[in-house]
Amino acid sequence: MSTKYTNEHEWIRIEGDVGTIGITSYAQEQLGDVVFVEVPAVGRKVAKGESVAVVESVKAASDIYAPITGEVVESNAALADSPGDVNAEPTGKGWFFKIKFSNKAELDGLMDDAAYDAFVKSLG
Amino acid sequence: MTETSAGPLKRTPLHALHRELGARLVPFAGYEMPVQYPTGILAEHTQTRTAAGLFDVSHMGQVRLTAKPGQSAAKAVETLVPGDISGLQPGQQRYTQLTNETGGILDDLMVTSTGDHLLAVLNAACKDTDLAHIQKHLSATCEIEPMFSRGLMALQGPQAAQALTRLAPSVATMKFMTGTYVTIDGVQCYVTRSGYTGGDGYEISTPAEATEAIARKLLAQPEVKPIGLGARDSLRLEAGLCLYGHDIDTTTTPIEAVLLWSIGKERRVQGGFPGAAVIQKQIAEGAPRKRVGLLPEGKAIAREGAEIAIGGKIVGKVTSGGFSPTLGRAVAMGYVERAQSANGTKVELVVRGKPVPAEISPMPFVKHAYYRG
Repeated sequence: MSTKYTNEHEWIRIEGDVGTIGITSYAQEQLGDVVFVEVPAVGRKVAKGESVAVVESVKAASDIYAPITGEVVESNAALADSPGDVNAEPTGKGWFFKIKFSNKAELDGLMDDAAYDAFVKSLG
Repeated sequence: MTETSAGPLKRTPLHALHRELGARLVPFAGYEMPVQYPTGILAEHTQTRTAAGLFDVSHMGQVRLTAKPGQSAAKAVETLVPGDISGLQPGQQRYTQLTNETGGILDDLMVTSTGDHLLAVLNAACKDTDLAHIQKHLSATCEIEPMFSRGLMALQGPQAAQALTRLAPSVATMKFMTGTYVTIDGVQCYVTRSGYTGGDGYEISTPAEATEAIARKLLAQPEVKPIGLGARDSLRLEAGLCLYGHDIDTTTTPIEAVLLWSIGKERRVQGGFPGAAVIQKQIAEGAPRKRVGLLPEGKAIAREGAEIAIGGKIVGKVTSGGFSPTLGRAVAMGYVERAQSANGTKVELVVRGKPVPAEISPMPFVKHAYYRG
């Protein structure tokens, strides 16, 4: 199991050929209080870089992009009633959706823990 | 919320205090302003609705207008606004708009009569152009004194009165939309019982150098916490109040914006303000479009710019939309054609390309709680 990060502050946790996707603690902090999350339908085929979910704070709406090509195999329906999970546990209960992928090589360009930490520090 | 000016950001007299309190500071109308404090917008919103919140609104433009000998400042101001300013008794405050020749709104503002002069409070993003406009038209009749460096704080919420009364007992009996000079912390301030949250509260105008000390005294009251611009926006939206540059601008008239209540009865007949012909025609015949409240079904939030449609046909646009923490649901306001503007009308709001069913509904979404004595 490993976790990778995108420039858009999403994390993807890899277990076998399934990746679980959410937003980082830094991202939730920047967004502020999350009040609505729209997750993709199970079965939806998504391409890397495609906008597949939306997270809304009091202030603004932000797109969540698929970090890898594949099929959505599970979505976190609980977020509809408790969007605050994204703030409270961004890498736990606040996960968004899971993608079953075929081309793991698409993850090669993503950051590991150390690289992401450095990236966040560089943002000040 | 928008950033409107380039260049170095200006600071209010409370800038250092915001930093100390851990505010997230953002550019707003040329100022570096707190959008939220560490507790976050939802908690700040609830704090203001249930206890009391202190807002720094020092970025707004305070201007004093004093009549030149033989002139009337109120009559002069009435040549620029449709509000009944001549009818203001000393200590009374009124909401009005600066209009243009086509009946559009250059800015919305508060005007208070102290008896010997008028005090105007202008929106931050408009204050420089407003001042130039006022100087151009009123210099012959009024001394115009911008007081842009003064502090202005809003103390809002159901416990605002008990908190401020501890520092200035005379404010307890003030009624909504009145103003008076009050000594706080040994300093003369001008206090009005007003604000822009839909709740009870005060606005406190302070000399720049006394602002921080007074803010600290207010924050030391157990009812009071600091509140940023994020919650200011969600509070005014729930209260159905217009945000200049979004819900009203130079292309919307006060009639379209459903602000007829703010136009004096005699002035509706007599006119004498910019755009009077357009506004009077709309009063008589109805405006082509109207600002309405919108309640979307479900949880999706329709924000500014979302199209309003009926049966696939576009009938208007959302001008403000967001999450109402008090109601725990999305709310919005926007303009629709007058024929479609009745309460209860079913519409669709186009959110990310998808129609979200919504209903036109009365505003405010959250009942006003002004203190009228």
